[in-house]
Amino acid sequence: MIGIVSSGGYIPRLRLQRSAITKAMGWFAPNLLGAAQGERSMCNWDEDTLTMAVASARDCIVDMDKSEIDAVYLASTTMPFADRDNAGILKTALNLKNNISTADFSTTLKAGTTALISGLESIKGGDRKEILVVAADKRRSKAASIQEMRFGDGAASLLLGRENLIAEFIDSYSVSYDFVDHYRGSSTTYDYNWEERWIRDEGYTKIYIEAILGLLEKASTKINDVAKIIYPCPVKRTHTSIAKSLGAKLEQVADNMHEVTGECGSAHPFVMLAQELENAQPGDKLIVAGFGQGADVLLFQVTDNIKNLNSKQMISKHLACKKAEHSYTKWLLFNELIDTEMGARAEADNRTPLSTLWREHKLILGFVGGICKECNTPQIPSDRVCVNPDCGAVDSQEEYEFSNRPARVLTFTGDNLGASMDPPAIFGMIQFEGGGRMLMDFSDCELDDVEVGVPMELSFRKKYYDKNRGFTGYFWKAIPQMITDNIAE
Amino acid sequence: MATGIRDKVAIIGMGCSKFGERWNMSGEDLMVEAFVECLGDAGIEKKDIQAAWFGCCRSEISVTTTSMPLSAALGLPNIAVTRVENACATGTEAFRGACYAVASGAYDICLALGMEKLKDTGYGGLPPHGTGTREAMISPTITPPAGFALLASAYRAMHKVSREDLKRALAHVSWKSHENGAKNPKAHLRRPVSIEKILAAPIIADPLGLFDCCGVSDGSACAIVTTPEIARNLGKKDLVSVKALQIAVSNNYEARFNEWQGDHLVTTDKAADQAFKEAGIQNPREEISMMEVHDCFSITELVTMEDLKISPRGGAVKDVMDGFYDLDGGVPCQVDGGLKCFGHPIGASGLRMLYEMYLQLHGRAGERQIKDPKIGLTHNVGGLPIKNVAAISIIGKYNV
Repeated sequence: MIGIVSSGGYIPRLRLQRSAITKAMGWFAPNLLGAAQGERSMCNWDEDTLTMAVASARDCIVDMDKSEIDAVYLASTTMPFADRDNAGILKTALNLKNNISTADFSTTLKAGTTALISGLESIKGGDRKEILVVAADKRRSKAASIQEMRFGDGAASLLLGRENLIAEFIDSYSVSYDFVDHYRGSSTTYDYNWEERWIRDEGYTKIYIEAILGLLEKASTKINDVAKIIYPCPVKRTHTSIAKSLGAKLEQVADNMHEVTGECGSAHPFVMLAQELENAQPGDKLIVAGFGQGADVLLFQVTDNIKNLNSKQMISKHLACKKAEHSYTKWLLFNELIDTEMGARAEADNRTPLSTLWREHKLILGFVGGICKECNTPQIPSDRVCVNPDCGAVDSQEEYEFSNRPARVLTFTGDNLGASMDPPAIFGMIQFEGGGRMLMDFSDCELDDVEVGVPMELSFRKKYYDKNRGFTGYFWKAIPQMITDNIAE
Repeated sequence: MATGIRDKVAIIGMGCSKFGERWNMSGEDLMVEAFVECLGDAGIEKKDIQAAWFGCCRSEISVTTTSMPLSAALGLPNIAVTRVENACATGTEAFRGACYAVASGAYDICLALGMEKLKDTGYGGLPPHGTGTREAMISPTITPPAGFALLASAYRAMHKVSREDLKRALAHVSWKSHENGAKNPKAHLRRPVSIEKILAAPIIADPLGLFDCCGVSDGSACAIVTTPEIARNLGKKDLVSVKALQIAVSNNYEARFNEWQGDHLVTTDKAADQAFKEAGIQNPREEISMMEVHDCFSITELVTMEDLKISPRGGAVKDVMDGFYDLDGGVPCQVDGGLKCFGHPIGASGLRMLYEMYLQLHGRAGERQIKDPKIGLTHNVGGLPIKNVAAISIIGKYNV
């Protein structure tokens, strides 16, 4: 048996109210008014594809033996780097072992399902025990576009393996057509789209139906034996009419999550699957499909282990952790759709010394510090001399992961002086349970959410973007646990 | 066995430029302004100076690094010049170098000069500075007010002080410095400000408002030092001598070990113990006549009162509110207006503090003059509470 061992999802906390878009831009684009229901997920200024990928992957592999993971695949059409192994950054952030294979799957919205099929085939081939497949997207869109209304930001992860499966993989089927409903040139920022009616009739409808029927035939399965059919399609009416054409009942169709997240690009099949797994019963058959210049379709059957789904791995936790964002100008600023005066302090150059990054990659990307072999003092960063003044041992440090350790606020402030995308810039010292402390940026919170003693969690975030050289720098930030537990708001 | 610096060095001349936004003065011009006053005060000639220490912290943004800017600006006759930098303790570090050179017997007469030209940056506040390649990738962008504002959150938690009570005490700290600065013709900010106005000011870094932050200024200050014997031979009377020079520098204890609670400065606490020992001071609250401490932010001054053992732990709020540090209080503090109002050209600040103590000890402080002071303490903190340099200098009347 091969299949899914665990899943994890991540939806950014901010949810842009679609009414905020039309309130600001409806005068200009009245065609949007009809689509202004619900909300779409929106990255904070320090989130991107990779940070969401890391967040979902951390949930997916929580409490698991990381040494079993033999490969990491990252799928996205919005990788932060065109030439740098993005999956390798993910692997480093998760502090996975080094003898591992990493690969990026990109350039089509079905990149997620394609990576999933590759991962399953690789496990079936026998060499690899577990493979982590992560899909994430944060697609750019022009102001007052239908894409701005429909897209969402999000990520989800699936750990594939042979044992302790929550869903067994049965079969897959793929078709490939150079059907260009939209495209993004390698040097352009936004998608270019063709007429929606054509995409609906010739694209989603024909291609999904051909691929799903192909799978059913290949796997000798009837559509009515399938509990849920999971396939992204941002147009609600088309979404349901496809199911009807397949002979499926409406209750078999997984919600496309338009009202709660919007469509999260190549991650959306995973996001929808993560949602459905939470409600699935043992024995349920699930079809998961991804669309993009063809389609991939996979068939899974849920096992008894689904009853043991870890609450930390539930995407519903992140769906519930939300803050309604009513400010369209904040959206514009966070998504570089408005040229804002950032002040003279923002002019400082932030070129990344790559040799330092390599020397310190475990600390910077993995948030790995040390523990002294002589006095057992955890410390981050860990350098050659132990920070315990009563110890001071030299070269006594062993690797010590901090990213999942509980911590509390020791000091904090909100700074209005420094350049910030979201002033005040809140930061402070956090003290880790069991030892270790660090002065860190705080994120996803407001000043009133913070007080000395408040419990904090760690999150992998964008630290800076070097506009001159196109380099995104990442590090870890602290978030009040009451925010992630959704006690606030 | 080391015997310390006490009474081994005498200050025979000091000078200080006007501090402020000196738009039409270069760093070199400011050095000349302070030096001309200092040389006249010492009553010696330039050729009598045998070595010099030049303190400038951000010299790359004003006059370039190295010792050469000082030598060139003053036209020194090819004597040894050492450029030092030790964050906000830079001026004190220059003074320390000159004092040790004289005390060692290597030279008879030395110059210490500090200067900073900050107002060519094009915006208010200090420009960002290098933190090292690793820190830049992991540390928050810490502006100085934010870095020190962290103290306030921890101090409140540690001593159970409400935000309002702390804000009021901090306002009093700044109010007092504005009162003193208004009496000082060389100060950058010379306007008294009401407590209400201070409390109502916009927040820079919570809970610090605009008036909780010191001025960013251009300026220069300097001292000429020699031994008491040579000073006497030069005909000097009523000598002011150095009683203690101590510097304590953070390791990774505050930033990474688990003990410090973030509410005070470990380095000031240690430097104070060493300085009082070196100066032979048993009871600082009684024996110190006056102080210039590093009030880069009001909260820094408040916690410093405890680190210096003038106020008991948790007792600074009460002492401040009682007016103990006001000009007519038990230990007048920031007599010249402090960093808050005299201004803070980083490399000059340590020497500017000594300048005020020197004037006071000679009874030359005009309407700020304190009655019969004997011992003056100066204090700098360079860096941030989690990692810093603390410097304490004590000077006083010789043979008293």
